[in-house]
Amino acid sequence: MSAALKAPALTRHLLSGNEAIARAAWEAGIRVATSYPGTPATEILEAVSIFPGIHTEFSVNEKVAMEVAIGASMSGARALCSMKHVGMNVASDAFMTLSLTGAKGGLVIVVADDVGLSSSQNEQDSRYWGRFGHMPILEPADSDEAYRMTVAAFDLSERFATPVILRTTTRVCHVKGMVTVGERQEPAEGGFAPDPMRWVMVPSNAQRRLPLQHERDRALRQAAEESPLNLVEDGSDKRVGFVTSGPAYLHLRESFPDAPILKLGFSHPLPVELVRRFAGGVERLVVAEETEPLMETELKAAGLPLVGKEILPRWGELLPDAVRPPVLALLGEAAPPAGDKRPAPSVFPRPPTLCVACPHLGVYFALSRMRHKVLISGDIGCYTLGAGQPWMALDTTICMGASMGIALGMDKARAEADKSKGVIAVIGDSTFLHMGMQGLLNITYNRGNVTVLLLDNRTTGMTGGQNNPGCGRDVHGQTAPEVDFAKLVEALGVKKERIRVVDPYELPTLTRALREEIAINEPSVIITDRPCTLIDEYAKLRPYRVDDDRCTGCGACMNVGCPAISVTNREKVVRNNGAEVELSFVTIDTTICTGCSMCVKTCGADAIVRPGSTAGKEEANP
Amino acid sequence: MSDGITNILVAGIGGQGVMTATEILAQAAIAKGYDVKKTEVAGMAQRGGVVNSHLRFGRRVLSPVIPAGAAHVLLAFEAAEGLRWSKEVRPGGLVLINTSRLPPPVVSMGLYPYPQDPVAEMRAAGLRVQPFDASGIARELGEIKLINTIMLGAIADHLPFPAEDLKAQILSRFRARKPELAELNEKAFEAGRQGAKAAA
Repeated sequence: MSAALKAPALTRHLLSGNEAIARAAWEAGIRVATSYPGTPATEILEAVSIFPGIHTEFSVNEKVAMEVAIGASMSGARALCSMKHVGMNVASDAFMTLSLTGAKGGLVIVVADDVGLSSSQNEQDSRYWGRFGHMPILEPADSDEAYRMTVAAFDLSERFATPVILRTTTRVCHVKGMVTVGERQEPAEGGFAPDPMRWVMVPSNAQRRLPLQHERDRALRQAAEESPLNLVEDGSDKRVGFVTSGPAYLHLRESFPDAPILKLGFSHPLPVELVRRFAGGVERLVVAEETEPLMETELKAAGLPLVGKEILPRWGELLPDAVRPPVLALLGEAAPPAGDKRPAPSVFPRPPTLCVACPHLGVYFALSRMRHKVLISGDIGCYTLGAGQPWMALDTTICMGASMGIALGMDKARAEADKSKGVIAVIGDSTFLHMGMQGLLNITYNRGNVTVLLLDNRTTGMTGGQNNPGCGRDVHGQTAPEVDFAKLVEALGVKKERIRVVDPYELPTLTRALREEIAINEPSVIITDRPCTLIDEYAKLRPYRVDDDRCTGCGACMNVGCPAISVTNREKVVRNNGAEVELSFVTIDTTICTGCSMCVKTCGADAIVRPGSTAGKEEANP
Repeated sequence: MSDGITNILVAGIGGQGVMTATEILAQAAIAKGYDVKKTEVAGMAQRGGVVNSHLRFGRRVLSPVIPAGAAHVLLAFEAAEGLRWSKEVRPGGLVLINTSRLPPPVVSMGLYPYPQDPVAEMRAAGLRVQPFDASGIARELGEIKLINTIMLGAIADHLPFPAEDLKAQILSRFRARKPELAELNEKAFEAGRQGAKAAA
């Protein structure tokens, strides 16, 4: 996190979009900030957490995060709730009724869309939520705008008594640009004022709120028509004018420096009359938005002749190289000759992989050994990587917590061919607490035959190691009540004798536990308890090395998938029975090996040894 | 550089310090009064994946993304990663590359080959390539983490501002955070500078 976050007012610093939002929220005087970790939004809450005087929490999921923020707003305090795009799906139940109550203290919901899909399971366009929930949307293009629009969003929220959606994308969250920071405001303390007609959404009260919601829409549309966040930039080349929002603006401005551009920062409700006036001054109108044709559809419905997704990419970012050729073609100009006839170099893929000594390696090694006997429903986290090489031990991934429900569905719908197979659900600690608990309760209640692997590595790994209720520390690293997973799953209906806690480094024990639990026709939970290797709790041991004289080249250790092991030499040999086999002689990078000993257990030749020790006689792990 | 914007692409593998190196370059450019934008695609880079970081600076930077084939300099922390992104370098552009090879598990497993000679391939494509063993230098200095300072040393003489300004940025960063490492990093910076120069 940048030290510049706490810089004095009127100084200029390089900040990421996420840092800029956090600084602006602090300046706006927020009292509460909530989130659940998710790329690309995670760092917003982490950055807020360094400021004093703000209750900052990673909630157990986005719905709870939103509810906490709503409670703060109802109490008259300013609040910030941030999440990644798919988090809004979880939060939407609260969100859709929040639309009727509106906000009291300024309430800003930051939704970060992963346009370009760098680290997500889908690429949904969160601007739909503004339409669905009748809420205004602000769309910054870079850090400076993220900063300024966050400040503006709190004012807008209180002016219209509505939550405001700040919609960012990966290319705003994680881009660093220059931001001039300002002074902190001290909004007046609010306090909760009972108002059942507004805060108690039973049908009779909600009925009365419906017309207000539509009046608010009208007022907001008028505000958008006049908003300084919507800028007309004139240009000398009026053959084409662009209506755009978010970072697509920057790519267009760079690609067409002389074109008029209407840049919509306050993009919903759409200021149609502003667009109509702008369209009058250009020969052709092009609407460029990431990713769905939302503004385009509304403007077409308003009778404006324009071009949009007919020529522009329907998914992914609208980078300069994606927008230039189709617009030039529209103008009847040939695209500039590609000065670059070089063929693309051929390089192997380098997919993300599990870390050296990652406890999940043991789990996926064990599962890969029984691959043909099990169906494996997976979940969202580092362990989703178990779908890749060399384990290929994951059959499904949909969303947070889905491993539970999907496993039960697979169990109940077994075809004849799958009757003899075990059904396994793999889920991490944080994901289990996020949305897996209900799914497990549903398995026990509906008498499912599912073996749950609950991978407790004591952190929220994939997003960079955030604390959660399972590890006994809060967002500031302070001691917090700690969930006992064994007790928790027992409370959810799993029989005590069907709950096991296993060290995933102990491969034979883990494999035996899996075999036994799969064989029993009842829900069971195997909790693995090694911490993530990237957190302080992880204890390293002395590294191993390969004794070259003993290595037979069998390659068995490679099946663990540890990045510390690599092949030094490959040889083809013909066995006595005439079969040709490929041998892989290996080495261990002792600078990164943590001495976890998983590979040792796969080596039949006792070739993996600790420096200075005798082969085959190994000290045990504590 | 001709259009007033300097485009530097920094590439490597998660954990090598690519993003920190780019951040330091960005701070050095800010100190010279440039407008700066920096962006990376590193969603799951902590998991050993590909990392590439775009740095653009000039009078005013709009898009944070370097247009295809428009990088002035590619600073590559690993041999194959240099080759992977070499098409993003403008014709005749400069590649400063660590020749050390870090094959990923899919290569170790024999599913894909490692490119035979990344440097020759880039030269055949008309790029100016200055290859040197930055990892070897780091090991000689006794700390593999020095690789990003060494790579910064390599690019120091190819910036639109003096190498000393970049060095000052690095040293002030270390003096503020880890003063005991300032001297070692100065050595690493100079070794990188010499390494790249010798490879010209």
